[in-house]
Amino acid sequence: MTTLLQALVTGFGQGAIYALLALGYVMIFKATGVISFAQPALMVCGGLFSYHFSEEFGWPFWPALGAAVACGALLGAIVERLALRPMVGKPVFTLAIITIGVDVVLRVLANRYIGSQAKPVEYPGGNDLLEAGGVSITHQRLGLIAVTAVTLVALALFFRYSKAGLAMRATALDQETALAQGIRVGVMFALAWAIAGGLAAIAGTFIASGSVGIEQSTWLIALKALPAIIIGGLDSVPGAVIGGLAVGMIEALTAVYQPDVAPWLGANFALVAPYALMFVILLVRPYGLFGTKEVERV
Amino acid sequence: MLSVRNVEVVYNDVILVLRGVSLEVPKGAIVALLGANGAGKTTLLRALSGLLDIHDGAITKGEIHLGDTPIHHLDAPRIVSAGLGQVLEGRRVFAEFTVEENLRVGGHTRRGGLTEAIEEVYELFPILKERRRRTAGYLSGGEQQMLAMGRALIAKPDLILLDEPSLGLAPRIVGQIRDIIAQVNARGTTVLLVEQNATMALSIAEHGYVMEHGKVVMDKPAAELLEDEDIRDFYLGRGDLATSYRDIKHYKRRKRWLS
Repeated sequence: MTTLLQALVTGFGQGAIYALLALGYVMIFKATGVISFAQPALMVCGGLFSYHFSEEFGWPFWPALGAAVACGALLGAIVERLALRPMVGKPVFTLAIITIGVDVVLRVLANRYIGSQAKPVEYPGGNDLLEAGGVSITHQRLGLIAVTAVTLVALALFFRYSKAGLAMRATALDQETALAQGIRVGVMFALAWAIAGGLAAIAGTFIASGSVGIEQSTWLIALKALPAIIIGGLDSVPGAVIGGLAVGMIEALTAVYQPDVAPWLGANFALVAPYALMFVILLVRPYGLFGTKEVERV
Repeated sequence: MLSVRNVEVVYNDVILVLRGVSLEVPKGAIVALLGANGAGKTTLLRALSGLLDIHDGAITKGEIHLGDTPIHHLDAPRIVSAGLGQVLEGRRVFAEFTVEENLRVGGHTRRGGLTEAIEEVYELFPILKERRRRTAGYLSGGEQQMLAMGRALIAKPDLILLDEPSLGLAPRIVGQIRDIIAQVNARGTTVLLVEQNATMALSIAEHGYVMEHGKVVMDKPAAELLEDEDIRDFYLGRGDLATSYRDIKHYKRRKRWLS
């Protein structure tokens, strides 16, 4: 039982990172109809911003995180303005390919900064453990879960009550009608990218403050958010969160139980498990658990 | 109030849809714009409200003035701020939003006074107040039309463009919508009413324009249009001829319209 609980807690922590990244994907998809493949690069850049502020400027962790989120948001908005805005109205496929290009460019720049040495960010309290009933969790993971929860609540309030949040939702539903109400659709696209950049920066910072820091291969973590959004539904905000958490937990549970229960699946099956789950979900519910089912009159 | 002079609109750089349209909407008036499907009515409204871009269209000639402000080069948000509101064809309420959220979106360009503006709309459409927390997608067609009009009125426009407000509504509801348009106008908002339902439009308008194939082919006071033999034939279905506007070849032969 303790093993199960421990696996769930570990998975929940990791899932929080995937949830933040998945939310970024969903924000951009809902606003613009494009799957942004630039999220991995935004995440890595966010982590490096935190590293720079905390290790180079000597700022404490939390102000460094705040500054990294601001820089990540700015980077997201700049990417939208320079690379995506001129292509508004072009096929979504073209835009998705452009985001791959943006991802490559940003990662090349980031890799030059990273060099051969990992770039870690120090979390206050380090790896101190909090234990309860035989289950333990590091302070860093607790911080991550708390920050994710606060971010989700803030986003929910933003979308429900703020003028900009409502305008963003309206733009996602019907761009022409939103324009007719005087909403600047381009600004809403930039805002979606800025939010995605900020979320990626939070995820990047907590990855950087984890066990190894930001390495040249860290971007691969962001790809785990892809099964998360497919599982949750591409256009569903709650789906992104639940999908992210599900991917984290599936990974952790598989890592703990698969070697004993199904050793024939081989070593490291935990890395494949989220994709296997995504495959099953795609077969049963192609639009995800919470996604909008597309109905077309023929 | 609104002055359109010799406007040409081209889609995708090649398809000429409006061929030199001119019309005037005096302050405080209701002006009707009639025409069959494909005449260019909706394109003209898009040109007025700055929504051509999104359809790959552009104004290639002519001028549009709202009061003294030239608006043909402005984008949609600036045109809304200049005082022009629009209710799009098919109502286009945000189906997943509540009634109140739809109205709040309508007030996007307002600086303050949103609550009062929403209350004013509720005064005009009491049914919307009853349904304020209801999801807009579940409202009836007539209620959605009221919501779309209310949403456009929140920004306090000087001129409101209504694109086929009677489309798909039961005759009783059409009468109700007509009364509401008259009421909105009586409160000081100028109205440009685009309709296929000529009887309804001409019953409240002071002046009417008829469009065919991207041109204004007739322009008379509404009372005269109601009596016009061709309009009776083609739009009101009350003429002595057995033809209707579907008999488009016959219709086009009436060159005197273009004289």
